[in-house]
Amino acid sequence: MTEAAVPTRIASAMKEAGLAAFVALVLAMPMVGLYTVDEGGVLVVRTRFDWVLIGVLVVFAGRLAMAYWPATLRIPARRDAAHVAADGHFNILKFLGIAAISLAVLLPVLPVTDRYVIDVATTVLIYVMLGWGLNIVVGLAGLLDLGYVAFYAVGAYSFALLARNFGLNFWECLPLAGALAALCGILLGFPVLRLRGDYLAIVTLGFGEMIRIVLINWQSFTGGPNGLTSIPRPSFFGLPFTRNPEEGETAFHQFFGLEFAPYHRLAFLYYLILALALVTNAFTMRIRRLPIGRAWEALREDEIACRALGINPTNTKLTAFAIGAMFGGFAGSFFAARQGFISPESFTFIESAMILAVVVLGGMGSQIGVVLAATLLVVLPELGREFAEFRMVLFGAAMIAIMIWRPHGLLARRDPSIVLPPARRGAA
Amino acid sequence: MKPVLLEVEHLTMRFGGLIAVDDLSFAARQGEITAIIGPNGAGKTTVFNCLTGFYKPTVGRLTLHHPAGPLLLEQMEGFRIAARARVARTFQNIRLFPRMTVLENLIVAQHNVLMRASGFTLGALFGLPRYRHAEQDALERSCLWLERIGLVTRANDEAGSLPYGDQRRLEIARAMCTDPVLLCLDEPAAGLNPRESAELNQFLTGIREREKIGILLIEHDMSVVMGISDHIVVLDYGKRIASGSPGTVRRDPAVIRAYLGEPESDAVPAERT
Repeated sequence: MTEAAVPTRIASAMKEAGLAAFVALVLAMPMVGLYTVDEGGVLVVRTRFDWVLIGVLVVFAGRLAMAYWPATLRIPARRDAAHVAADGHFNILKFLGIAAISLAVLLPVLPVTDRYVIDVATTVLIYVMLGWGLNIVVGLAGLLDLGYVAFYAVGAYSFALLARNFGLNFWECLPLAGALAALCGILLGFPVLRLRGDYLAIVTLGFGEMIRIVLINWQSFTGGPNGLTSIPRPSFFGLPFTRNPEEGETAFHQFFGLEFAPYHRLAFLYYLILALALVTNAFTMRIRRLPIGRAWEALREDEIACRALGINPTNTKLTAFAIGAMFGGFAGSFFAARQGFISPESFTFIESAMILAVVVLGGMGSQIGVVLAATLLVVLPELGREFAEFRMVLFGAAMIAIMIWRPHGLLARRDPSIVLPPARRGAA
Repeated sequence: MKPVLLEVEHLTMRFGGLIAVDDLSFAARQGEITAIIGPNGAGKTTVFNCLTGFYKPTVGRLTLHHPAGPLLLEQMEGFRIAARARVARTFQNIRLFPRMTVLENLIVAQHNVLMRASGFTLGALFGLPRYRHAEQDALERSCLWLERIGLVTRANDEAGSLPYGDQRRLEIARAMCTDPVLLCLDEPAAGLNPRESAELNQFLTGIREREKIGILLIEHDMSVVMGISDHIVVLDYGKRIASGSPGTVRRDPAVIRAYLGEPESDAVPAERT
């Protein structure tokens, strides 16, 4: 570095840091600086500008540190991952996958696991499944979908309505809910065939809101804002999880000669979503290696080249939408069965954003990345409970940190869908 | 005389008030390389875009004399021209799938064959042998072309990481993997050095002799055009100003005027070495 360059670098770093501090000041002033307290039934506004000052100073120092620190901390995106994977140097990831599955299978019987852990783990798995489903649309086919929660909602309401009105059980409803969600995927797909990128994102966002607003307003059918209650709980192949089963029925604990425990039902639900998620993963891994999966990825890379190679872009996009939506529908059915109660409030835009965040943070198209990101996004706010009102600040900071250090996602790597064996490569 | 493969009659393409291609007629024969040349903006790429369904021609008939009977390209949807009429093309600005591997690029090109063999995904999802055989065939075909373009060792690398010249050849190989009857190449020599251009000449004449398909070529590099073309069509302002063998075209006064703008000059279209 030349002598003259040093002061300019300091100056520009100071300028950057000052700007960041100013933004922090503007944001923190109303959000942190002012708060309300209840004084004898009257809300009084109080100030705490010392907190604002601390925040602004932290931002200033942090931005300054970033300017002097980037090269060593920033891990370059693995652009050359493809041929590394091809030569079999990725056993760590494979090992990680097997370890994760083993842990997931054993989790309910581990001594440390209680109701709270199993509940959080079930939520993680719902997001993993949704992430894997959305990964087909966003990660593979490259179609930015901001309304994925709509399919989740369609699946949930399909299950709830079919089970309540026709008395179908969970396993009968599951394929129907998946099919209805897939149909919605195709319905959404048709008008947006010509759109890409930002435009597609806006239309899908609108679609997500449409479904939610229909659910709120179609009072007679969906129960409106009150939602649907007393959705039948799934049973273990006909054995219900109740303490006192109805006449002529055998409950799960009676059949297996166990003491009744509500934990059985939670563990069953956990295994149910684990199985659904693993099916989603197996399906995605398989279909990536089939012509349709390769066509999705090719479409993401270059639509014009796809057309020049005789790939039907309409069918390819619609299948991606339909299959992605189908898995969203499955997850929705599970959600309704687990909660026993659904309302439009569970299917807001923020859910779509959350699922998309799982896919993007995980690394587009990466299956293990989705697991990591879903775990992180669900567990972080849980861990942050102790920080009370700063929980979301912590969450935001963690997201920003990931985007700085891992701009392409936690595991931005892509395994080739087909490799030429080394023997063939050497033979030529 | 070899049989006519593609007949272009009265092709006209208007964009608003601009006439990009004006009443153009020519024919391309099977087993021959037909070059379309002309100054920048003469409408060459527009002709390609009409042929491959990216534009719908304003006027004109494009007949492809396919083994299975004549097809009217101007009435077909874009991707069907590649899928059914088997017209393949490359692009002036290379359009590979950069984040997929070299091998995957060639496999994707065989999408329609594989899709049928996979029973539209359902059969292959349950591991039917028919798809496994089809995939093996596709792999063999890809390997053949990888050997021809000398990229076997890089089969598992990302296509976007290849050097420019390799990317150009890969794009041609990918087009050939669709098993075309007509191959349209849009400036395949652009950005190549003289040695690479010479290799390209060999590669293209090799395709012509071996595959017996028709090749349509847009090119500015006169060493390529004059070296390998059997027939040349010269465009200027969307109109055909000359056509014939390389020898006739290079002496044609209209061509010389279009390229050099000097009526009395002896110069031929600049021949790069």
